Amino acid sequence: MITPSQTVGPFFKFALPYDKGPHVGEGGTVRLSGTVYDGAGEPVPDALIEVNHPGGYGRCETDESGNFHFVTARPDAGHLSVIVNARGLLRHLVTRVYFPGARDELLESLGERAATLVAAGDGDDLRWDIRLQGDRETVFFRV
Amino acid sequence: MDELDELGVHPPLDWPDYRSTRLRHPKRPLVQPRLGAADLASPYLGHERVGELDHDLTRQHAGEPLGERIIVTGRVTDADGRPVRNQLVEVWQANAAGRYVQKEDQHPAPLDPNFTGVGRCLTDDDGAYRFITIKPGAYPWRNHENAWRPAHIHFSVFGTAFVQRLVTQMYFPGDPLFEHDPIFNSIRDPKARDLLVSRFDLDTTVPEWALGYRFDIVLGRTPMEDS
Repeated sequence: MITPSQTVGPFFKFALPYDKGPHVGEGGTVRLSGTVYDGAGEPVPDALIEVNHPGGYGRCETDESGNFHFVTARPDAGHLSVIVNARGLLRHLVTRVYFPGARDELLESLGERAATLVAAGDGDDLRWDIRLQGDRETVFFRV
Repeated sequence: MDELDELGVHPPLDWPDYRSTRLRHPKRPLVQPRLGAADLASPYLGHERVGELDHDLTRQHAGEPLGERIIVTGRVTDADGRPVRNQLVEVWQANAAGRYVQKEDQHPAPLDPNFTGVGRCLTDDDGAYRFITIKPGAYPWRNHENAWRPAHIHFSVFGTAFVQRLVTQMYFPGDPLFEHDPIFNSIRDPKARDLLVSRFDLDTTVPEWALGYRFDIVLGRTPMEDS
C-alpha cells in the first residue's frame, strides 16, 4: 500500500520556498504569471505551485493576493506539468500549462475546457490562472 | 496492484469535516491523461541546496532547542519496493510548544530562538533518510470548536518521476488526538491511516541521547511513458 497524502497545511512558506525556486532551468526568458482562485472567486494566498519539464523544475508559493510566477524557457513539448498544493487540498492537484499555439491529443480531447490549460499572451509575458472550482474550473488530472 | 486502486488510499478532495476543502476541491471529474515527458522527468531540485547541517534541526542555531530530542529515519521506496535514491526529502514542523515560526501562526505559545523547524536531506543508495529534531507539540486550529492537531512532522518527497510527488504528515504512536482530527481521518482506510504513524524503534534510539522513530514512505509506481 502506498503512503497516503495529507495537506501541505497553512504554514509551509517558512520551509519550502527558495530564492531560485521560480527559475525553471537556466536561461529562461518567458515570464509565466498567474493567480490561484477558489470557488468563491477569492485568491488563494497559501498555495504552492510546482512546474516541471525535461528542461527543469520550478517552485513558487502564492503571495497574499494569490499570485505566483515562473521564469522559464519554452518547453519542447509545448507544456509544463504542474502540481498544486494548498491548505484545504488533502492531496495535490496535477494539471498542465500549454504555451500559446501548442496543441496535442490531450488538449484536443478536452473540448472547450481545453482553454483552462492554455496560457494567454505572447512573446515573453504569459499569463495563466488556476481555478480550483467554478464555471472555468481548471482541468485537473487523475495521476 | 492496479494503478487506479493504488490512488484510493489518498483522502478525497471533498471532505466537509475539514472546512477549508469546501471552496478548494475541484468539482469536475478528474481527467485521465496520457503521461508525457514533462510528467515523467525527474525534477532537478538543486541538490547543492542541501547543507551539511540541514538534516539536524537541533544544530541550526547558536544553542540547542528546547524539547524532546528525537531521531526520525526511514526509507523511501516506490510501490514495487525499489529504493528512491538521491532524492530530496524536506520536513517542516512546529516547535516543542506547538508553535510554527511562520508569522501567520498566532497560537499563544512561545517561539524558540534555537529552532526553525525546517530540514532537508537526500536519500542514500538504499532510499534511506535520517533527521534529528525535537518532538513537535500539538496545536489548536479553528476548524471546529476546540480543534487540535495531533503532533506531526510535514514531509515533502519526490520520486524519480514528477508525478510520484508526495506531500504528507508523519504522526507519533498513540496520540490521543487521532480520533478527533479530521485531517488524519480523511484517510478512510484505518490500515492506510496507520501508515502515517511512525513506530518507536529501540534500534534507532541512541542511549543517553535521543529516542528513535521509524517512518517509511512508499510512493506510487514509477510510471512509464504511454506510447
